[in-house]
Amino acid sequence: MSEENTHGNDHGEHHGVGHVVPVWILVGTLLALLFLTFVTVAVAQVDLDFLNIWVALGVATIKAALVCTFFMHLRWDKPFNSIVFVGSIILLALFLGLSMMDTREYGPDLEPNYAEEGVTKEQYLDKVAPSN
Amino acid sequence: MSHDAHGDHPPYLQHHFDTPQQQFSAGKLGMWLFLAQEILFFGGLFCFYAVYRYNHPEVFDYAHHFLDWRLGALNTVVLLVSSLTMALAVRAAQVSNTRQLLVMLAITFVCAGGFMVVKYFEYAHKIHAGLVWGSHFDYEKMSAREKEQQRTPELVDVKSSVAALDNEVVPTESELPRTQLYTSTVASTGLSAEYGKSEGVHLHDSAVDPGHPIHLPDGVRPQNIHVFFSIYFCLTGLHGIHVLAGMIMLVWLFWGGMKGRYNKDYFTPVDLGGLYWHLVDLVWIYLFPLLYLIS
Repeated sequence: MSEENTHGNDHGEHHGVGHVVPVWILVGTLLALLFLTFVTVAVAQVDLDFLNIWVALGVATIKAALVCTFFMHLRWDKPFNSIVFVGSIILLALFLGLSMMDTREYGPDLEPNYAEEGVTKEQYLDKVAPSN
Repeated sequence: MSHDAHGDHPPYLQHHFDTPQQQFSAGKLGMWLFLAQEILFFGGLFCFYAVYRYNHPEVFDYAHHFLDWRLGALNTVVLLVSSLTMALAVRAAQVSNTRQLLVMLAITFVCAGGFMVVKYFEYAHKIHAGLVWGSHFDYEKMSAREKEQQRTPELVDVKSSVAALDNEVVPTESELPRTQLYTSTVASTGLSAEYGKSEGVHLHDSAVDPGHPIHLPDGVRPQNIHVFFSIYFCLTGLHGIHVLAGMIMLVWLFWGGMKGRYNKDYFTPVDLGGLYWHLVDLVWIYLFPLLYLIS
């Protein structure tokens, strides 16, 4: 399991400061990450329409989870560190999610011709506030 | 080892902590709180990306061609490898292997340097071509480039563009959008940032981009593509600053390692530095597909 025996404390005090990660886990994680990078690039060549970005983000999230769990040691850490990290992700999701909801809801109202093709800033301004 | 003449208070244990374990846990928590802040820090720019891409996907569809995904992939691999060597450096400190610690820190530093070198070439290429942020974007150069690559300007109404091309209808003044629309008469190779020959126009003698020809992507150039480059430079620039800061940190850790400061009883700075470095890698893991792999 862990290699805490290498600490060799002879006074019974349990350091617990460091679980040493076996090398094979670290190297294996890198290989998985490199493979997933290859997958990301490969899938990007295939046209999946609107799904492309979600697949790319999904693979990126798996890679992030691998980095956090093994390289960043969260797998063996105090759970509170994971709570802090996941908490920041939740806050980020709120931040982005609400901003997206906002722009989707109010964008068209604020700029009536926003979504139309080929509308220049001058044309839009003309429609909103004609100079004559 | 940790219990010498100082008794229960080894030299690396600060006075305000009771045990090394408590100090280590506090340090870790503190670093994770900082990383949470970093995630939200970058989050602001990711929000910029998300909102703008939602509202103007055409800008991203067009402008991402000016990025070379192969360089992005190379940078991804370099950072992933550097993450492994950083984790191995932490491990080396945990087993009191100073030599391996120094070697791993050095390799991590070299990888970081390699990343910045690739980044330098990417930036230099774009800055030279005028493909930069905001109002500094060189639209005149872009127009000259389009002219040079024999893209025919046709003033067409967007909605009836197909019919107009067929019937050569000349639109009336009121129908004319002020956008200049270009249809490509040149076969495009797709990757616009390629150096060297294309199958279509031979660009080595480009007057606009001598030496480093910029191939234009297919299709219509939308409005405001300078915003893509604002996003690109903000995101990758902030990330690059973090890589540079990480390199300074790696030098500091190397220095401490050389002085024999880190061993199995006290490796906290290496561990926490490692956490920072992995975060830098994490951000790039998201940046790469979002900027380079738009299809």
